Amino acid sequence: MEANKNLQDIEYIKNMMNKSTQFISLSGMAGVLAGVYALVGAFYVNFLIESHAYEYITLESTTFRLIVATAFIVLFLSLITAYILTVRKAKKMGEKVWNPSSRRLVMNFAIPLFTGGIFALLLLKNGHYGLISPVVLIFYGLACVNASKYTFRDVRYLGITEIILGLIAIEFSGYGLHFWVVGFGICHIFYGAFMYFKYERNS
Amino acid sequence: MKNIIQNINKAFDHRIRLGIMSILMVNESADFNMLKELLGVTDGNLASHTKALEAENYIMIEKQFIGKKPNTRYIATKDGKKAFREHIEALEKLIQKS
Repeated sequence: MEANKNLQDIEYIKNMMNKSTQFISLSGMAGVLAGVYALVGAFYVNFLIESHAYEYITLESTTFRLIVATAFIVLFLSLITAYILTVRKAKKMGEKVWNPSSRRLVMNFAIPLFTGGIFALLLLKNGHYGLISPVVLIFYGLACVNASKYTFRDVRYLGITEIILGLIAIEFSGYGLHFWVVGFGICHIFYGAFMYFKYERNS
Repeated sequence: MKNIIQNINKAFDHRIRLGIMSILMVNESADFNMLKELLGVTDGNLASHTKALEAENYIMIEKQFIGKKPNTRYIATKDGKKAFREHIEALEKLIQKS
C-alpha cells in the first residue's frame, strides 16, 4: 500500500516537472505535411528553372519573384497547418495551446529563426545568393535545437540534422534547392512521421 | 530504514504541495495562474498550500504589479530545493526496499 503510494508520488513529480516545462501537443503530422508542401514547392521551382534554362535569372525577373513567392507560400502553409493541428491535438489532450510552456517554446524558436531570416534577406540584398540556402538551413536547425528544451527531444535531432545539412551545403554551392528538398522536405516527413507514430497514433 | 523515514518530509505529504514543489524545481519561478492551471485546483486551495510551504521557508512569495494587475510569483528557496531533493531520494529508496 505505502510503497504503491510512494511510486505514485514519484510518477506525479515526474509528470509535473515535464508538464510545467514541455509543450507536448506539438503535432508530428504537421511536420509531415510541411515536408510535403516543401517537396511540391521544390518541384515547382525546379520546373520554373528548367523552363527558363536559356535565360539568366536576375533579381528583377518574374521567375525569381515566383521562386521567392513559392518559398513564402510553403512557409505560410506550413505555419497554418502546424497551428491548426496543434490546436486540435491540444484540445484532445486537455492542454491549453497558449500556456507558459508553449509561450517559451515559440519565443525560443523565434529568436534564432528571425535572426536567420534577417541574415538571409541581407545576403540576398548584397548578392551572396549561394549562401542563402545553407544559412536558412543552419538557422532553422539552431531554432529547433533551442526550442527542443521545451518540447519533445526529437525536435533536437531534427535541428542537428538540419545544421549538418546546412554546413555541407556551403561546400556544394549551386545545389541549394537539392539541400532544401532534403532538409525541409525529406527530414520533416521522416521526423514528423516518427513523432506521429511515437506519440500520437496510440492516444 | 529509520533514517530513510526521517527524510520523508511531512511538509510534502500532500499531492498539491508535491506538485507546487515539482514545478518550482524545474522553473525559475511560477505565477499563481500557472500553478493553478497546471495543478487544476481552486484559488483557495492553492493559496493555503503555498502559505504552508512558505511557513516552512521552502518557497518565497513575490508580489508585484504588472501594469495595474497584481501578480504573485513563487520561487523555491535553497532550503526548499534541498528538502525536496532529499524527499525524492527517500521515496526512491523506500520503493527499492519494498
